[in-house]
Amino acid sequence: MTLLQSLSVGAPEVVLAAGICVLLLVGAFRGDRALEGLSWASVLLLALAAVPLFDQAPGRLAAWNGLYVADAFSRHLKLLVFLGSAAAILVAVPYLRRLATARFEYPLLVLLATLGMAIMVSAQNLLSLYVGLELMSLSAYVLAAFHRDESRSSEAGLKYFALGALASGLMLYGASLVYGFAGSTSFADIAKAFVAGEVRNLGALFGLVFLLAALAFKVSAVPFHMWTPDVYEGAPTPVVAFFATAPKVAAMGLMLRLLYEAFGGMKADWQQIVLVMSIASMLLGSVAAIAQTSMKRLLAYSAIANIGFALIGLAAGTAAGVEAVLLYLLVYLVMTLGAFVALLMLVDADGRQLEDLADLAGLARTRPGIASALAIFMFSLAGIPPMFGFMPKLAVFSAAVEAGLWPLAVLGVLASVVAAYYYLRVVKIMFIDPPAGVVVLPGEQGVNPAVVGAAAAFSSPLGYLLLGPLAAWGAEAARALA
Amino acid sequence: MIQAAIFYLLAGATVLAGIMVISARNPVHSVLWLIFAFVNAAGLFLVIGAEFLAMLLVIVYVGAVAVLFLFVVMMLDIDFATLRAGAMRYLPLGLLLGAALSVELLLVASAWEAGAIAPSAPPRSGLSNTQALGTLLYTDYVFVFQAAGLILLTAMVGAIVLTHRERAGVKRQDPFRQASRTPAETIALARPAVGAGVETEGGVR
Repeated sequence: MTLLQSLSVGAPEVVLAAGICVLLLVGAFRGDRALEGLSWASVLLLALAAVPLFDQAPGRLAAWNGLYVADAFSRHLKLLVFLGSAAAILVAVPYLRRLATARFEYPLLVLLATLGMAIMVSAQNLLSLYVGLELMSLSAYVLAAFHRDESRSSEAGLKYFALGALASGLMLYGASLVYGFAGSTSFADIAKAFVAGEVRNLGALFGLVFLLAALAFKVSAVPFHMWTPDVYEGAPTPVVAFFATAPKVAAMGLMLRLLYEAFGGMKADWQQIVLVMSIASMLLGSVAAIAQTSMKRLLAYSAIANIGFALIGLAAGTAAGVEAVLLYLLVYLVMTLGAFVALLMLVDADGRQLEDLADLAGLARTRPGIASALAIFMFSLAGIPPMFGFMPKLAVFSAAVEAGLWPLAVLGVLASVVAAYYYLRVVKIMFIDPPAGVVVLPGEQGVNPAVVGAAAAFSSPLGYLLLGPLAAWGAEAARALA
Repeated sequence: MIQAAIFYLLAGATVLAGIMVISARNPVHSVLWLIFAFVNAAGLFLVIGAEFLAMLLVIVYVGAVAVLFLFVVMMLDIDFATLRAGAMRYLPLGLLLGAALSVELLLVASAWEAGAIAPSAPPRSGLSNTQALGTLLYTDYVFVFQAAGLILLTAMVGAIVLTHRERAGVKRQDPFRQASRTPAETIALARPAVGAGVETEGGVR
């Protein structure tokens, strides 16, 4: 494998890394007034990095001495991640302008995080897994504290950093245990070392538990979810829209790959762990969201619950389960992004961002467009049938039932019913309660209305039109893995 | 024989230095003991024939990191007395927890067969230490090496984003303007009347 071959197989990452360096230089010379230009250039760079994804030969292409792989699974997830990141970059521009924190580093940090995520979903070795994860996390810590003059934002950044560093420590400890008992850090060698049916290797199991704990932190699955509501509440809203979408998709993808490709022989062991995390996340996410008064905290608990639902597909441990997880991640990404961007567009007369549930009262009368979009997102997140959000839920539940895990599916349905209460409460507040105050639309909106509109159309029953190609695409990706 | 003697000497010194790092009253002494521990650890590397790592440890850790620590400790002027104020109060509880943990670890270690520890890949023959490390870092794992470089870039950008502030009214040197001054811009010839003097901006422009 020559360097040239590696460069061409890893073209998305290479293009991103080179582009980031160039854009960083442009930003350093042009200063903060380059923000808007740099944002569009970043989106262009993401599109450029996505070109090789369509161009590559199908099948599995290994590169970089076995540290990296490009297959249908990584291509699928990379496309989702690039999409989420591009949206997170563009929707932030008007927001940052309004609050006078328009610093040119914002799109670059998102790009660096995206590069980390691309490395994560292509990882074939515990080392590349770790550097990818760390690149993503480090950028995320800075983004959380991006409004450094606001104490809430700094607090969110510090909390995220302290807990994230702990999770990194857990991951490294687990990785060193696995390395010790497998003799290698490559996924293929680990899979060879831990084969099903033999005597259980307790040391490897300990390593697996630590690795899973760290990944559960990144996807904010219970019991490693504590940071989520605090960070989501404090961090700037466009940053939260980013946190809730692309990194979750990448971390779930990484978890799927690690568990299937490296620990496929220990499926019986990790299935139990994932099962417990899934049930706990669904229940806690659904119940704890009821008492929230802040929309951002509510969506944070919604994210926890949704990760629980997605984990059902992983717990099923079948190809259909993986497919269901991929569909879930795709639809979840669009719905959550839409909900956060709609929230981003709500500003009161003083220019204050509206984040409380009470502020949304009567929104249907003052801002019918945003209110109906938000209502679509809420119905869809709740998984109420005509909406597209129903489809991935159905897919994970049926995967669980097919795998014989019907109690899990029943618990999932119960959690959905509980969760439907608070989603519908948001709709009730917007449509039935008397208007609370003046909601103005900020003068400059950029692409935000278009993003909300497209996401709402996708989450509405119109999304079923795309179901055929999306399902085929996900099935191809799932086949590459399992 | 002599190798074992040197090993025990260096290892004993390392452990002693480690204990002194945490028990020294003066933080500066702690850092000096830390340097002593690093030097001994470098000696241990030499004993097993890893001369490159030994030199690296001395240059990077003793030469750069420890000296940086020393500067930080001296500049921060931390009052360790207040930090340690509660230590005696929590000591019994801490000891109890520590004892419980050690007993648990002992039980686990004695009753638990973790599984075979796999041997790692054998070192390449015919290469010196430095060459072997270089091959690993820059050929086998060049992808991870470059990604680590990007992590450092992120850290740098992040540190600047979170701490750098543009201050208004700062007097800055502009080398280009300094170098491109001509005598005509800077020298003003005046012919003051006898006894009147020059008073434009105190004679300075």
